[in-house]
Amino acid sequence: MPLPTSSAPPGKYPSVSIGPAPLLEVRGLSVMFGSGLDSVRAVRALDLDVRSGETVAIVGESGSGKSVTSLSITRLIDHAGGRIVSGRIGFTDRDGHLHDLATETPEAMRRLRGPELAMVFQEPMTSLNPVLRVGEQIAEAVMLHQNVGRDSAMAEAKRMLERVRIPEAARQLTRYPFQLSGGMRQRVMIAIALSCRPRFLIADEPTTALDVTVQAQVLRLMASLQRELGMGLMFITHDMGVVAEIADRVVVMRNGEKVEEGVAERIFDAPEHPYTQTLLAAVPALGSLAAQNLPIPFEVPNAPKPRPQDTVRGAPVLEVRDLVTRFDVRRGLFGRLVGRIHAVEHVSFDLRPGETLAVVGESGCGKSTTGRSIIRLEQPQNGTIHLAGRDVTRLDGTTEKVLHRAVQYVFQDPFASLDPRLTVGFSIAEPIRAHRLLTGAAVEQRVQALLEQVGLSARHAGRYPHELSGGQRQRVCIARALASEPRVIIADEAVAALDVSIRAQVVNLMMDLQARLGVAYLFISHDMAVVERIAHRVAVMYLGQIVEIGPRQAVMGDPHHAYTRRLLQAVPVPDPRRRWREQEVDDTEVPSPLRAIGDLPRLEPLVEVGPDHFVARHRVGGLY
Amino acid sequence: MSEAAIGTVRIRSPLGEFWRRFMRRRVALFAGVAILVLVLAAIFAPWIAPYDATTPDYGNVLSGPSFAHLAGTDVFGRDIFSRIIWGGRVSLTVGFVSVALGCAVGMALGVVSGFAGGFLDSLIMRFCDVLLAFPGILLAIAVVAVLGPGISNVVYAIAVFSMPVFARLVRGSTLALKETVYVQAARSIGVRALPLIVYHILPGTLPGVIVYLSLRIGTSILTAAALSFIGLGAQPPSPEWGAMLSDGRSYLGVADHLTVFPGLAIFVTVLAFNLLGDGLRDALDQKLR
Repeated sequence: MPLPTSSAPPGKYPSVSIGPAPLLEVRGLSVMFGSGLDSVRAVRALDLDVRSGETVAIVGESGSGKSVTSLSITRLIDHAGGRIVSGRIGFTDRDGHLHDLATETPEAMRRLRGPELAMVFQEPMTSLNPVLRVGEQIAEAVMLHQNVGRDSAMAEAKRMLERVRIPEAARQLTRYPFQLSGGMRQRVMIAIALSCRPRFLIADEPTTALDVTVQAQVLRLMASLQRELGMGLMFITHDMGVVAEIADRVVVMRNGEKVEEGVAERIFDAPEHPYTQTLLAAVPALGSLAAQNLPIPFEVPNAPKPRPQDTVRGAPVLEVRDLVTRFDVRRGLFGRLVGRIHAVEHVSFDLRPGETLAVVGESGCGKSTTGRSIIRLEQPQNGTIHLAGRDVTRLDGTTEKVLHRAVQYVFQDPFASLDPRLTVGFSIAEPIRAHRLLTGAAVEQRVQALLEQVGLSARHAGRYPHELSGGQRQRVCIARALASEPRVIIADEAVAALDVSIRAQVVNLMMDLQARLGVAYLFISHDMAVVERIAHRVAVMYLGQIVEIGPRQAVMGDPHHAYTRRLLQAVPVPDPRRRWREQEVDDTEVPSPLRAIGDLPRLEPLVEVGPDHFVARHRVGGLY
Repeated sequence: MSEAAIGTVRIRSPLGEFWRRFMRRRVALFAGVAILVLVLAAIFAPWIAPYDATTPDYGNVLSGPSFAHLAGTDVFGRDIFSRIIWGGRVSLTVGFVSVALGCAVGMALGVVSGFAGGFLDSLIMRFCDVLLAFPGILLAIAVVAVLGPGISNVVYAIAVFSMPVFARLVRGSTLALKETVYVQAARSIGVRALPLIVYHILPGTLPGVIVYLSLRIGTSILTAAALSFIGLGAQPPSPEWGAMLSDGRSYLGVADHLTVFPGLAIFVTVLAFNLLGDGLRDALDQKLR
């Protein structure tokens, strides 16, 4: 059977090494949720092939039906409230029998899951049982499907951990999931999935919850394991960068339908469907602004080319000096102090009106705590904070009002940060009322103006958060942040939870507001590609300290600190021809910021290496 | 379910979702209808009750159930069916008012306790522990003993022993809500403590409170009846279910209808409130979804 829908001339793109017949053959699959008038078709008439040794990436935004497809293949859809209404899911098992997974009995499906089909999910912490040791969990999977005793299952578990490159496998077997880092947990999940040597592996956003450097490790691991075992791999993701790294073929889905399918190189070189084109255009490619010292908004189809954002004006509006936030760790019956988490260690920076300072780093580096300490959601132990020249380090009645009016915070999850019981209009009016800026009908007019400013309309004011889409909710949060006419907005991973196309829109909105209102952003993010778009300056945090800070072009184009280089290297490149699959990536684990009492980290002033570009030359503990 | 799958399902409002789930619970729905009937009967007692509840009829003493007297007559010849309908007024009022009072005070103490923390929290919670340490009925007897018998003092007594339960419940949800991102977001905006509590925290505690409210009303009616039974509550000749049981006690075996029908009234009412409470809890509990 020929490869479907690749319309490119033969020979131009590398063909995939394929077996004679597809391992998985989906034809006309339709899946419904709900019943009667409430029913929704989540997947319609989907055709899909996966061969042994092939990686097929299914790409789409939320609601595209990509996860529903994977749940249908494993028939876990039966437990998720959906049902397969038509279509065939052909699967050839290792004995050569052809199964139709769409109509297979639950008991037969249970026997196929594990030895034939396996899954890896997004969130490794919730997929692992928190009260069982890692070794027992892998051994359980081994014993369930292979007729072996406990001891040989444990030995197999150790072999599996070695196979997924977990150091000191024997010792890790006796640890609990919470004692492992996110990347290690995901490796354990992969080990469990592979323990029965499945012939087909479905990975549903397996790296989305991981940091970039860990994501790079896990992707490399999955690619090499797939080659070793010759599995068919179905990789579900929303991230075009990840697709470019791993996929042989790509299936683009939208609203439950396949819109385009083809060899990865072809999809990236010459996308045919307009949706694929917008999806690719919205993917920020790291290095695309290397020649430009100012941030530039994302390009929008059918709109004038965006102009560089030259918005930085005047004296610093926010000056942070030697900010220190540490958390005590207590253990035992009497709450004995056993250590401190050094979340923020002597962090200093300035932020000027109209400027965006991006704070980047991996989870646990203290970037969020820095932002939260500024608005006192955490209590810093040391340091000074000046707002437009005024000392707001000590909070009394007046300075608290000044601080909470002039500095606003936008959280990562817009749904969680809006009260589900209150209308959007009420939430936006809240800061206006709290600071008594306006009264009566003027409040409503202002709410309407704010909604329009963020690209919504007055009719949204009466809606509840659950009635809005993710992008609209984050717009509401931005409108709410703007309501008190702040000088500084701290955006804590504000676009991380959004789909790519929505993310580009929200970033553009934030940049547009900056140009119009001169607001300064402290943009906390782990996404280097978005940071390149929006930031004037970048600060890199590692173990609570700023290890490199300077103009965006200098830091990203000419990184001086080893950790900055490591972060930049790990960013997936949305170009299948530039895979780092083979290339060495530094995959040592980042140490914990937990230190014993009295064990203070080494601190030295940063060294200037270029105009306004400073780097830590001292050893920051741990790796660097 | 995965994120994408959720995105394809139509989203309902929290209230709509609650209603849909509640309507599915037949038993709770039936209990709700039964309570509605009881409440309507109590409100329209003067029109519904075939006889006056307090006028004696010495020519018709202790007669068994008949078409003229559906539940028979008592030792003074008063129609028991009419007295049960009138008695519903007393019992239901005591149930509602006492629990509402206890709930209001308990919620206020609980939210202050959970929100303020520290010394105030310890003080309020230890006070509640003291109240909870006594069996409810004993505490109520002690309160009535101090205030003197009478139905209004029964209301206060039951309010006192309902209060700590609500205080604990509300404190618990306040502690949880205090850590939600939206409360932090409101704090970061500069919202003061009172609006924060009124708009963001109290509404979030309501689902739990509503469930407990309906469960406690049943308990309160039972306690009020018990207090009246031992002569500390409603005083003769006012018709109260517990007092009627007490009156009929001497005629057990001679005229069982004197105790069977008021007992049935108490049984049905308390059961209905408990079943309604269970149904509400199932429909409101996020974890069961």
